[in-house]
Amino acid sequence: MTSYLSIEHVHKTFGEGPSATEVLRDVDLHVDRGEFISIIGHSGCGKSTVLNIVAGLLETSTGAVILDGKEVSKPGPDRSVVFQNHSLLPWLTVRDNVALAVDKTFKGTKSAAERREWVLQTLDMVGMSHALDKRPDEISGGMKQRVGIARALAMEPKVLLMDEPFGALDALTRAHLQDEVMRIQSELGNTVLMVTHDVDEAVLLSDRIVMMTNGPAATIGEILEIDLPKPRERLAMADNAEYNHYRAEVLRFLHERHKNPESEAA
Amino acid sequence: MSAILDRTLTFGAGRERPAAEASPTQPVARKATTTAARAQPRPGADPAAWSRRLRNTAAVVLPPLIVTAVFLFLWEMMTSSQGAVLPGPSQVISDTWELIVNPFYDYGGNDVGMAWQLLASLERVAYGYALAVVAGIGLGVLVGQSTWAMRGLDPLFQVLRTVPPLAWLPISLAAFQASNPSAIFVIFITAIWPIIINTSVGIRNISQDYVNVARVLRLNGFEYFTKIMLPAAAPYVFSGLRIGIGLAWLAIVAAEMLIGGVGIGFFIWDAWNASMLSDIVLALVYVGLVGFFLDRLVAIVGNWVTRGTQAG
Repeated sequence: MTSYLSIEHVHKTFGEGPSATEVLRDVDLHVDRGEFISIIGHSGCGKSTVLNIVAGLLETSTGAVILDGKEVSKPGPDRSVVFQNHSLLPWLTVRDNVALAVDKTFKGTKSAAERREWVLQTLDMVGMSHALDKRPDEISGGMKQRVGIARALAMEPKVLLMDEPFGALDALTRAHLQDEVMRIQSELGNTVLMVTHDVDEAVLLSDRIVMMTNGPAATIGEILEIDLPKPRERLAMADNAEYNHYRAEVLRFLHERHKNPESEAA
Repeated sequence: MSAILDRTLTFGAGRERPAAEASPTQPVARKATTTAARAQPRPGADPAAWSRRLRNTAAVVLPPLIVTAVFLFLWEMMTSSQGAVLPGPSQVISDTWELIVNPFYDYGGNDVGMAWQLLASLERVAYGYALAVVAGIGLGVLVGQSTWAMRGLDPLFQVLRTVPPLAWLPISLAAFQASNPSAIFVIFITAIWPIIINTSVGIRNISQDYVNVARVLRLNGFEYFTKIMLPAAAPYVFSGLRIGIGLAWLAIVAAEMLIGGVGIGFFIWDAWNASMLSDIVLALVYVGLVGFFLDRLVAIVGNWVTRGTQAG
């Protein structure tokens, strides 16, 4: 196998001895360059754990993650993360938040002027040029997440990791940002791994949807290929039979075969 | 674990203060600038706006003025009767008028004006407090960062911080063989505990999100310290600094009473020995005012440094 990003038989157990919980069992996934992959599953199924392992924020118990021929062992700017709650540093302005990432990543390769220019360019790409000198507490939640995306993209990562990036946003803002992400991804051709629990989001954005079984010891239940031409139009998709078929597939997986453990218990 | 909880509870009240204060002051400050901006294009043109502003100012200024006047009146009443031991406000002013209007006289020895007395005390506080800030933040970072250091040092800190400031004076006199360094040491040892404890709590409470950002960016130790740790912990550090300056000013008066020399503490003790009660009252007023200004000063610096850090 020579895929760009491979997650090779990853197991993850938290804790030791009798209190140990097995979170992931034999997760195996191969991603090509430029692919947009969504990981979907009920809450608590360990989908964020997969993402954190790829990010290097968590270590695998057994198995390995290989990116572009190199094993991943610790976090790094080649796998930048868009965090669910944006995680901007509140004491820095919008510009400085992105500049921190850019200066750190491109210290040796770009001049100071180039780095400054690159910060402006990425912020322009997410439509945040108007708020360069605002601090995070002065802008809305959607804007914060735009800046979070800009910060992650500015590092020119090999893989962009997004952990429920739109989960904390209202439906309209979420739709806007999904459109933006689709546009940016088609422009830059990034490889993206996104964790989500939103079925529409997954079908609309992804090339493939990875559906996870319920934990503990969650694993990949099924992988659904979304064979819809890009760019995809949100409105056109609503009436598209294929789109609705994919959507139904995911829903069936989540609600028939792998019901929410909480609703089962009730 | 219980030690951490205990500490958080002990200093919880102090810790909440700046946060609680910062959020009301920020909107107020913003509101003030917007009204100013609105008023600018037509200065004084609108009499209704003027009277509204006058009323708002009066609503802020009048209550403290009235309460102070009532307080002074009651004080005067209670001390004007025959056989009253303590001086009333009018008598304090007439007795100490020379001291009030001549704060900078210098007749040599301890016989110097009130301003020099206060400055001498402030100088000692400045040395002791500066040392406490440097050592306190350093130790706080160590204890906050390293579980080993926390387990080792925390019991020591918890015991030592309950020792009253003046209990340190004899041993520091013995160690330094001089009064001035001893007083400075007492300030240092008084002010350092809240700084250490609040700094370490601040470091321990750094959000995992920021730590993750630092890890993805691969910040090195120094970058992490300056770009993440210090700003993230700054609100806690400053509440420690604020408690510290208050304690330092409390301790200096008591310490100076014992060590003598120029300083507001010994001035009070000297006045007591000379039965000049009015001088003592005047000194108390000055001590209170200086303490208030020190507290405000640290609070203002803290609010300025930590602007933005409170919000998520």
